[in-house]
Amino acid sequence: MFDFLSNNKIRFILFQVVAVLIVAYVAYYAISNLNYNIERLGIRSGFDFLGIRAGFEINERLIAYTVDSSNLDAFYVGLINTIVVSVIGIIFATILGLIIGVARLSSNYLISKLAEVYVEIFRNLPILLQILFWYNLLLIVLPSPRNSFDFFDKVFLNLRGVYLPKPIFESDFSWVLIAFFLGAFLSFLIKRFFSKKHDETGIKQRTWHYYLLSLLGLPLGVYWLLGSPLHFDYPSLQGFNFDGGLSFSPEFLALVLALSIYTATYISEAIRAGIESVDNGQKEAGLAMGLTQTQTLKFVLLPQALRVAIPPIINQYLNLTKNSSLAAAIGYSDLVGVFSGTVLNQVGQAIEIILMTMAVYLTLSLLISLGLNFVNHKMRIKGLNE
Amino acid sequence: MSIFTLKKPKPAPQAKTGILGWLTKHLFSSKINTVLSLLALYLLYVILPPLIDWMIISADFSAKTNAECTREAACWSYIGEKMNLFMYGLYPLEAHWRPNLLLVITLLIALIVRFSYLFKSFKYKVILSLFAVYPLIAFFLLYGNDFLGITIIETNKWGGLMLTIVVASVGIVASFPIGIFLALGRQSKMKAIQFLSVTYIELIRGIPLITILFMVAVMLPLFFAEGIEFDKLLRALIGITMFQTVYIAEVIRGGLQAVPRGQHEAADASGLSFTQKMVFIILPQALKISIPNIVGSFIALFKDTTLVLIIGIFDMLAIAGLATSDTDWLGRKTEGLVFVAMVTWVLLYLMSHYSKTLEKRFNTEH
Repeated sequence: MFDFLSNNKIRFILFQVVAVLIVAYVAYYAISNLNYNIERLGIRSGFDFLGIRAGFEINERLIAYTVDSSNLDAFYVGLINTIVVSVIGIIFATILGLIIGVARLSSNYLISKLAEVYVEIFRNLPILLQILFWYNLLLIVLPSPRNSFDFFDKVFLNLRGVYLPKPIFESDFSWVLIAFFLGAFLSFLIKRFFSKKHDETGIKQRTWHYYLLSLLGLPLGVYWLLGSPLHFDYPSLQGFNFDGGLSFSPEFLALVLALSIYTATYISEAIRAGIESVDNGQKEAGLAMGLTQTQTLKFVLLPQALRVAIPPIINQYLNLTKNSSLAAAIGYSDLVGVFSGTVLNQVGQAIEIILMTMAVYLTLSLLISLGLNFVNHKMRIKGLNE
Repeated sequence: MSIFTLKKPKPAPQAKTGILGWLTKHLFSSKINTVLSLLALYLLYVILPPLIDWMIISADFSAKTNAECTREAACWSYIGEKMNLFMYGLYPLEAHWRPNLLLVITLLIALIVRFSYLFKSFKYKVILSLFAVYPLIAFFLLYGNDFLGITIIETNKWGGLMLTIVVASVGIVASFPIGIFLALGRQSKMKAIQFLSVTYIELIRGIPLITILFMVAVMLPLFFAEGIEFDKLLRALIGITMFQTVYIAEVIRGGLQAVPRGQHEAADASGLSFTQKMVFIILPQALKISIPNIVGSFIALFKDTTLVLIIGIFDMLAIAGLATSDTDWLGRKTEGLVFVAMVTWVLLYLMSHYSKTLEKRFNTEH
């Protein structure tokens, strides 16, 4: 009766049809219920709410936003905050991870043990716990604005957050930028010229002063000629609070602190694995070829270590970005906090809002994995699969 | 004729043994190392004494009230006072024997599995039946059942470490079979099935757990017909399982890929059907390879469980916040967080240690 099932082709098709039908039915069931429930409960649908006045204040913002801005503006504020936290977190996590990863391989017993203890402690604690812990600690340790920690009267740290000088660019500053890009192009030409000369004559010349001149000297010269078109807006104590400057809240500080401390453990492990994966014979071979220590490191060891280390590190960047959504727990205004939190509570359109939030993270993770593929392609062992 | 002049003798080698030798070799072998060592010592000096002072020396272990605690250091009696809350949440005191009994049963089962080689002939039957009955026992013990005469305790009363363990365990157990199917689906030659699996995996992997939790908390009831109610905890469990499934699937896919091609060919040559091949030949090997990574993914899940506090479920971490709202113990949040951190850390450390021993045991490459 079921003889036709033994035919592979027919069975394959049958299975797939059944699977697709099941998925389609589940989707149909869910969506029809959704429509019915939306009608029954009188939930509004559609994306009109994005244009409506948001009506709430967001303290932490990098773009223009007021109570009268729309929900879409609130979305952008949250999105930008998410990106800012992720980027700054990624920078700190990478620096810290590099230090810890190298420290774990140090011949110095104390240093390597300290690094190991660091990894063991912070990797085995939930990230949310760490965020709450640092936030709680900051609120205990930081002084009131009047008694702020004061660094050279330019940078202040207190309960309200950290206050930095805010750079103000005048329109002439664009010339400095142009000079910088010109300098970069120039140094590229210099590099080409000298490596060609090196190929032809075999003479290696010192070149760093040319780079310094074109990359730093040129923009600095233009900056000076134009009469310093860059000012700083310094924060100052006005009454009970600081005014002016660039400020980041304690929530932001706690989040960046926790995210980078946590992610650094994984990055350091990736770096350690990368360095350890390079066979000792490679180093010996490099030295035997007559390369110097630095050259061996630069041309033989690092490229191999990075090939192993960088893919997991990029994955950690993605994890950090996703973990930044935990900002909601301490009330930092990131995408989840502002949009899936405040806006959702006001508008009540859960479906659209959550789908939009998910779409943002999906896009971010897609971009990061595109970057990962690009890096993998760049670093693959050349000549093997060509 | 050349005249040989003796070179000056080198100084005697530095002591390589004893404390001094160890110190020179490991801490002061070069100028840089000396600087680094001093830096590390300074760092330890900055961190350790105040920490030890806060945690132990100046800490208060016996105070009965908040006022008796010295303000400058930890007040551990607060933890003692709130211990039940941290462990069981609002689970009624007279029913604490139920989770305790479950813990004993669980440990017994672990012992039976550990020493299962003593009764080899029906080993698998015992283990399988244990795994079949265990979830039922666990459910009836924790939730209760009117028919069996065990009072029902609603899940909104559950909390603390008990809840953390329940969520993590249910997450791993429920996601396991689905994960296997997804992994097989991703490897399948059937394009439609492969597409569905890959889409699901990549979708879920790209978004943070917290958005999934938000989704199940707010949207799940909308997807079902009118009148179907979902417990808050059940929603969280569904979300956690949806999330964990994907990671289990990827771990098992790794295991599947590690099974040598020859095993497939041998099974095909023996005339086994696809199901037979998978159940008897491929999956056992793939799972064996994946076990350390499955434990690793369980550890990750255990850490992620803390997120349920964001949708208002009181796991241990949430308790640390909740307990401070008690006006008798204001300002003791740090102690709560440190306590939760210590408990979680020990559990996670033990688990990751276990995963390492497993990795060694299953490493058959020599």
